[in-house]
Amino acid sequence: MEAGTVARDQLRVEPERRPALLRAGRRLLDGSVKVYAGLAIAYLLAPIAVIIAFSFNDTRSRFNFVWQGFTLEHWKEPFAVPSLGEALQNSISIAVLSTIVATALGTLMALALVRYQFRGRGSVNFFIFLPLASPEVVLGASLLSLFLSFGVATGFGTILIAHVMFNLSFVVVTVRSRLIGFDRNLEEAAQDLGANAYQTFLRVTLPLIAPGVIAGALLAFALSIDDFVITNFNAGSTVTFPLFVYGAARVSIPPQVNVLATMIFLATLALMLLTVWQQRRAERMAEVRPGDA
Amino acid sequence: MTLLRRRPGALPWLLLAPGLGWLLVFFAIPLYYMAKVSLQQGSVDTGYELTWNFGVYPDAISDFSEQFVRSFVYGGAATLLALLIAYPLAYAIAFHGGRWRNAMLLAVIAPFFTTYLIRTLSWQTILDDASPVVDFLKTIGAIPSDGRVLATSGSVIAAITYNFLPFMILPLYASLERIDKRMLEAAYDLYSSRRAVMHKVVIPLSAPGIVAGTLLTFIPSVGDFINAELLGTPRQSMIGNVIQSRYLEVTDYPTAAALSFILMAIILVMVGVWARIAGTEALMGAEAR
Repeated sequence: MEAGTVARDQLRVEPERRPALLRAGRRLLDGSVKVYAGLAIAYLLAPIAVIIAFSFNDTRSRFNFVWQGFTLEHWKEPFAVPSLGEALQNSISIAVLSTIVATALGTLMALALVRYQFRGRGSVNFFIFLPLASPEVVLGASLLSLFLSFGVATGFGTILIAHVMFNLSFVVVTVRSRLIGFDRNLEEAAQDLGANAYQTFLRVTLPLIAPGVIAGALLAFALSIDDFVITNFNAGSTVTFPLFVYGAARVSIPPQVNVLATMIFLATLALMLLTVWQQRRAERMAEVRPGDA
Repeated sequence: MTLLRRRPGALPWLLLAPGLGWLLVFFAIPLYYMAKVSLQQGSVDTGYELTWNFGVYPDAISDFSEQFVRSFVYGGAATLLALLIAYPLAYAIAFHGGRWRNAMLLAVIAPFFTTYLIRTLSWQTILDDASPVVDFLKTIGAIPSDGRVLATSGSVIAAITYNFLPFMILPLYASLERIDKRMLEAAYDLYSSRRAVMHKVVIPLSAPGIVAGTLLTFIPSVGDFINAELLGTPRQSMIGNVIQSRYLEVTDYPTAAALSFILMAIILVMVGVWARIAGTEALMGAEAR
């Protein structure tokens, strides 16, 4: 340990002995990397800034494209457009329901794939990968073919079915990656101490895999509430938030769309920060535990 | 439970059953029905009949070859651009992020917190003929003074690149972040130049991220139709535009189904070839992490 530290310290000194010109060049390169990163991040955030800014635009024309002046009018009545409120409500219901179903089924699948060696595991992994490798337009179109063939009327239910379908693979992939470092000794310890299979799962396994499951659920929720393509194929006359925006884009987009988009953005951001904070706290607590024993 | 006691090997299958069943019924079986629909003839009013009309496939290809080619050109260009933009950024976050690292990662996924369609529409505002950005491009001579950015291939490719950029950045970051920094120090100790370190250490070690990132960007880019519809004209229309309008507006189901199949087949072949070149391990492994 001691020797290793010394050796690495010497390593770190090494670049300082380089000629001054080289050092200056290196600093310039490091600096430009940082400037570049700043520019790239500005590119990523520019449309978001526009969306938020135009929620305050005092627009009078049908299109909310040109800046007219500042107003809080739209924020006072975010649900002034009745069909918009209903669309958002549909989106949230579908996102919540599909997240619950996809997370439950996906977690079970991830558990099976990580913890058991069985014949056909490779094929199952490949089968789960396939929806991820298919363009959304194909997923939406083929599901509509099924519903057409059986004369199923498309609507809320078919949207829900579609969302669970495309969310499943994402949940499996996310949970599986977090499960790989799982310490099974903890479960065996619980069973040695007299816990039955259900108690072990609820009190030991689930809390340990919770961060992965939450990450999967968050991803599923975000994908569901944002989905347009697959939903558009299987929506019938039901309108979700993205479908409303799509329809409005052809005629006129009320600024309330920007207000609601900003609200969704802030809510997701808050949820994300909360999760990160909670996970950090859990990690810190986990670090303390071995010392206590 | 008695089943489990008799056959413990059944447990993983019991866990898999509900999810696998869902994917079977609502992903795999629909593909079969789509194949069937593609071989039917008729119309919505008179009804469809299965006539095993395989001719729909060559017809679909020859009728829409232009849109197919455009989709792959746009998708390829967007993927390449995304790689060029994302690699230095992912590198900067992984190696020079410092205390800004988490904030930068949050900025990378922030676009996902707003609706895809609204994000794309906001590019309409940014690239509008009267916008300062377009004025600036005219001033530096990037576009002619009477030129426009909206309704061109450029705006469609730029928007596709933007929309799928996080899919490129995140896997690249994940693979770069895992590189042991001591490897770089060792290379420098052996008098390797900065350039050589990049080419012989950093880039090869981040290969899984490059493979995963290019796939995650290319697949949705090729199938996309929102960007072409909102920022382009019919002269920029991609195969996704055709599939969606044939299905939902023209109700020419057989052609739409055939086009979907051809698109999926081409993409799967390309993914397969890419996986062969790069190794399945890199593909599945990076995607799993």
